[in-house]
Amino acid sequence: MWRRAFGQAHGFRRVRRDWISQPDGQRSSAISTAVLMRSKAEANGKEDKETIEVTFITKEGDRKTIRVPVGMSMLEAAHENDIELEGACEGSLACSTCHVIVKDEKFYRMLKEPSDEENDMLDLAFGLTETSRLGCQVIAKPELNGMELALPAATRNFAVDGHVPKPH
Amino acid sequence: MPLHVCVVGSGPAGFYVAKKLLKRFDFARVDILERLPAPFGLVRSGVAPDHPETKVVINQFSRTAEDERCRFFGNVCLGTDVSLEELRKIYHVVVLAYGAESDHRLGIPGEDLEGVFSARQFVWWYNGHPDGKDLPINLNNVETAVVLGQGNVALDVARILLRSPSELSSTDIAEHAVKALRTSRIRKVYVVGRRGPVQAACTAKELREILGLKGVEIVINEADLQTTDCDLEELQSSRIHKRVFDLFCKSATFTKCAGRDKQLQFVFFRAPVSLLAAEDGIHVRGVHLQKTRLEGNNPRKLVGTGEFEELDCGLVLKSIGYKSLPVPDLPFDHKKGVVPNYFGRVRSSDATNETERGLYVAGWLKRGPTGIIGTNEVCAQEVVTSIEEDVNRAVVSNLKEVPGSVGLESILSEKNKRYITFEGWERLNETEMEKGAVKGKPREKIVGIDEALAIGLAKEKE
Repeated sequence: MWRRAFGQAHGFRRVRRDWISQPDGQRSSAISTAVLMRSKAEANGKEDKETIEVTFITKEGDRKTIRVPVGMSMLEAAHENDIELEGACEGSLACSTCHVIVKDEKFYRMLKEPSDEENDMLDLAFGLTETSRLGCQVIAKPELNGMELALPAATRNFAVDGHVPKPH
Repeated sequence: MPLHVCVVGSGPAGFYVAKKLLKRFDFARVDILERLPAPFGLVRSGVAPDHPETKVVINQFSRTAEDERCRFFGNVCLGTDVSLEELRKIYHVVVLAYGAESDHRLGIPGEDLEGVFSARQFVWWYNGHPDGKDLPINLNNVETAVVLGQGNVALDVARILLRSPSELSSTDIAEHAVKALRTSRIRKVYVVGRRGPVQAACTAKELREILGLKGVEIVINEADLQTTDCDLEELQSSRIHKRVFDLFCKSATFTKCAGRDKQLQFVFFRAPVSLLAAEDGIHVRGVHLQKTRLEGNNPRKLVGTGEFEELDCGLVLKSIGYKSLPVPDLPFDHKKGVVPNYFGRVRSSDATNETERGLYVAGWLKRGPTGIIGTNEVCAQEVVTSIEEDVNRAVVSNLKEVPGSVGLESILSEKNKRYITFEGWERLNETEMEKGAVKGKPREKIVGIDEALAIGLAKEKE
């Protein structure tokens, strides 16, 4: 999924992006960093200590288990694996669209406490729960191996139970 | 067979609907209409200049617009350039997402005095909206401003009035606004609410920011922070209100510091009764307020106490809510200022269960003027699900051939109406960024419609 470099269009401060040089001189983004790390580990054939296993549960209830490099945010991991986690402000703590629900309280307690700024955004998150966090602030570390993250299910906002409107 | 969709409005509501439609139907073709030369609605003209992170969502919207199944038509106005009836004939689905471009009125004497504006107008003014540039805003002869309302927009306008112009001059604020703010004599801003700090509509991020504004002393009457049992119940049931109330409490105990030449005062439990005219009978010189009190329980009622007060000021900004505008042939609830709808399907009227085939609403036009940018993602999900259900049940059918974009182009060319493509916007965008770079700003917004059109409509370079 091609992503426009943050900062080009609007001159804002840049979100951290790890640019690396490919052997053919082309530059690519952190997406390639993770791919290289994974394939490197697989090529070495040994237990990969640099990634953890995380399962995302989509709005429809489908489960997708991915490997996330230590140090990567859940938002970035979701985007790399085509999981539909919205990230309107691209990780700058200015929205709540990457809201995820940590299914197991044990993992929730292992996370670093949310900052005031993250809590301010969580205030506005749709379907907030006791174990909600912003995906851009949950960073993979070895202890989180096996964590499950649920995307909040959208519910219809107008309660008109059972009614099927007649088209005009 | 393509599903031809027209989305009217290119703000977050319109773009989230377009994005989700393109994803849901690989046979959808989406045209987005926008009456201004530039897209993005309130992301461009509502979000404050000192909140650039909130505008990053534009990157995502741009990717949607660049999709080969999506076309942007800038400078095309529903009602003037093409009617709703015409759109419904040439598209399978029409989604109205044109937001709320008017205001709730106070309905009190003096509301039309000079120096009285809605916050929406003031925001358009400092954000370089083409319809806001000629507002007669004079800050040179004013020392005190009163903002009525305590939501995030009220805090935005108060903050822009109080923030040092040198900080603002490196943002994308409109040039005419930062010029006026440099010579502004405003040193005191009141932000007035009819109810108390427990009920204030602002949210923690914005309140935290304004309470920490450099060079500004915060004034809060500690007596206003007393809570009743009802208040405590309200706080317990709302995380947002609890955190906002805690911030007000913390702020009231700050010791006064030297070196603050501006003041922001939060005034609670005061309802405006009339706006007072100066001797010339033309300009506003103050606000006449009645003290209020909350009574009863579930629901609590706001009542006047019969005691009155005045605040002197030379500028009044009403921040009491936006309101949508109706268009011909569109059912409209004038009281609520929204289009009556079931999950985004437009209802034929308040009194009937029938809905208008192929006609939907999204965003503020659907829900009323509340929520943040992200709220539109959830809203769009609901509308697109309704559209999908209707397509599956053949209430809307793409088997019926309609002209779509081609039909729109034909209507516009008959009227000699030129539209701005997304490439045209990108040219305008580059120009704004280049002009801004010279001044150390992310962009210098081109505020005049003619200049914007000249750049946006210019022939594409080979």
